[in-house]
Amino acid sequence: MNFDKLPKLTFWRAVLMVILAAGFYSTLLRFTKGLGAATHLSDRFPWGLWIGFDVICGVGLAAGGFTLAATVYVFHLRRFHPILRPSILTAFLGYGLVAVALLIDLGKPYNIWHPLVMWNPHSVMFEVAWCVMLYLTVLALEFSPAVFERFQMQKPLKLLKAVTIPLVIVGVLLSTLHQSSLGSLFLIVPSKLHPYWYSPLLPLFFFISAVATGMAIVIFESNLSARAFGREIEMPLLSALAKAMAVVLGVYGILRLQDLWRRGALVHLREPSTETLLFALEIVLGLLLPLLLLLSRRVREDRQGLFAIAVLVITGFLLNRLNVSITGLEYSAHAHYFPKWTEVAVTLSMVGTMFLCFALAVRYLNVFEAEPSGEMGGVKA
Amino acid sequence: MSKSILVDTTRCIGCQRCVVACKVVNGLLKASPSNFLTTDTLTSLGPDTDLPMDESGDEELSANALNVVQTRGSVYVRRFCMHCQDPTCVSVCPVGAFKKTAAGPVVYAEERCMGCRYCMMACPFGVPRYEWAKVWAPRVKKCHMCAPRQAKGLKPACTEVCPVQAGIFGEREDLLREAENRLRQEPTKYVQYIYGEREVGGTSVLYLSAVPFEALGLPANLPHDALPMYTYRVLSEIPTEVVLGGALLSGIWWITKRREEVAKAEKEEGKAHS
Repeated sequence: MNFDKLPKLTFWRAVLMVILAAGFYSTLLRFTKGLGAATHLSDRFPWGLWIGFDVICGVGLAAGGFTLAATVYVFHLRRFHPILRPSILTAFLGYGLVAVALLIDLGKPYNIWHPLVMWNPHSVMFEVAWCVMLYLTVLALEFSPAVFERFQMQKPLKLLKAVTIPLVIVGVLLSTLHQSSLGSLFLIVPSKLHPYWYSPLLPLFFFISAVATGMAIVIFESNLSARAFGREIEMPLLSALAKAMAVVLGVYGILRLQDLWRRGALVHLREPSTETLLFALEIVLGLLLPLLLLLSRRVREDRQGLFAIAVLVITGFLLNRLNVSITGLEYSAHAHYFPKWTEVAVTLSMVGTMFLCFALAVRYLNVFEAEPSGEMGGVKA
Repeated sequence: MSKSILVDTTRCIGCQRCVVACKVVNGLLKASPSNFLTTDTLTSLGPDTDLPMDESGDEELSANALNVVQTRGSVYVRRFCMHCQDPTCVSVCPVGAFKKTAAGPVVYAEERCMGCRYCMMACPFGVPRYEWAKVWAPRVKKCHMCAPRQAKGLKPACTEVCPVQAGIFGEREDLLREAENRLRQEPTKYVQYIYGEREVGGTSVLYLSAVPFEALGLPANLPHDALPMYTYRVLSEIPTEVVLGGALLSGIWWITKRREEVAKAEKEEGKAHS
């Protein structure tokens, strides 16, 4: 037997296999014993990790795709082209996993198509459903040239090239709507969501923080791929992106703090509560610290420094989304929610699958384009 | 014109008859010997008859209990769906599984539901429950104000069997007037407030109480606007946003492209001159 053909069992591969096995078991449990057995969800806490992390954070983390697509195609900042395709791929995988997570979390997943024919335009969830479907399609089309190139299919490539700009614009619009509508989901619970997080500006906050996080994701991922696939890192590009991120983050910070001040929510800071701790963590780790670090040119242009900033921004984003969708609702629900291990296993295996798909795509498709063959911005330009 | 229920918590004696009637009507009674019970037989039972309850004491609303009587201090308070005038659940459901009927009840169509549970998350009263234990086709469960009985000209079972008229059924306008009368006639007995008259735009279930409503477990921090407006204000802007956003992005694309072309042309011109 030839053992050379088998992939090497590295530490991370072993970890991934354990996670995927646990995730598979948990999914099986959910579909054979029901949501009650497979989760810690309850009547008081109907939304948990799968919605709070997989869907609400997942969509946000996919924001790099539309941010960069707009940068490259709409603003014609061509030099960002080399990091566009990996961002689109990340966004596509992110959204794909959101759809899979929904199939696991929905009580009746076989009815997932109902929003197509049963309309309720008054429902934010209806808008979210449509945005996920449409944007997933747009992302698939935006990434498809990588697949067509692999199989030398010239016709579809030409066709896609012709519709690139409208496609990108539709994608940016859908993302804008979708990112903000995830915030709008919580506009309807003014009496339930803690004042640190409830604000009439939630849709705006969700959108702006998604843009900042989208940039952080691109930085984070460029670093990881450079390490994993032994590539050169595009430091000047990433530093430029970091500058833009600082501006967006600054705008977000000012709006957020002003809103908290105006609504008088800052008085709660005097209460030593879990909410106060989490709020402080979110603001300090995800906003103030990265902004401070971004001010320094030395940190911004240093590979390690920039990576640390990206990690902080992403952490702050995750804290914010989990606070809005889970912890900020605990005080009014008079209930404590902590995910069951099976919920964690499913979520982790989704993240694992995403890494796996990314690695496979890099191996078999041209994700990191050798040269951006310029011309009029085709998807494969 | 729509039907409502007025619950006077000062009258309730905690006999749980309404709870059993609700279970009978909805086929939720587990104890088998009691299956012969109907709302009629319940009405004819004496006030001290032992009732075949599944669990004693303070039951929480659940998929098997759509109406419960809870003890709050020395007061019994019945909890069930408030049947809002402009219901949050109707507004949030992506597939329109909830409907506010003209007759008053807020009803649920299980065949439309996809189980996203946004209704449970969003309900300001925390009413909708889920069949968590069910693997196949779990449903959202909540009181439907006996809409099928109402269609046959009958009262909701809970009001039918109440031996002390703690819960009465009627037109919302009439019940509001009745509530006002009671407040006026016994001003020292009641908190001078009709809970549900204005909460979240008004509900079809109204409460009277001798103790603050918050002490009964009814949320006291609710706005008087209907909650669906909170999201619809934003949603209704979407068409405008799409058109403006599309125009803006196309404009930026055109300008930056033009600028690029001009720069390119100038560069070539420069080359030609030198």
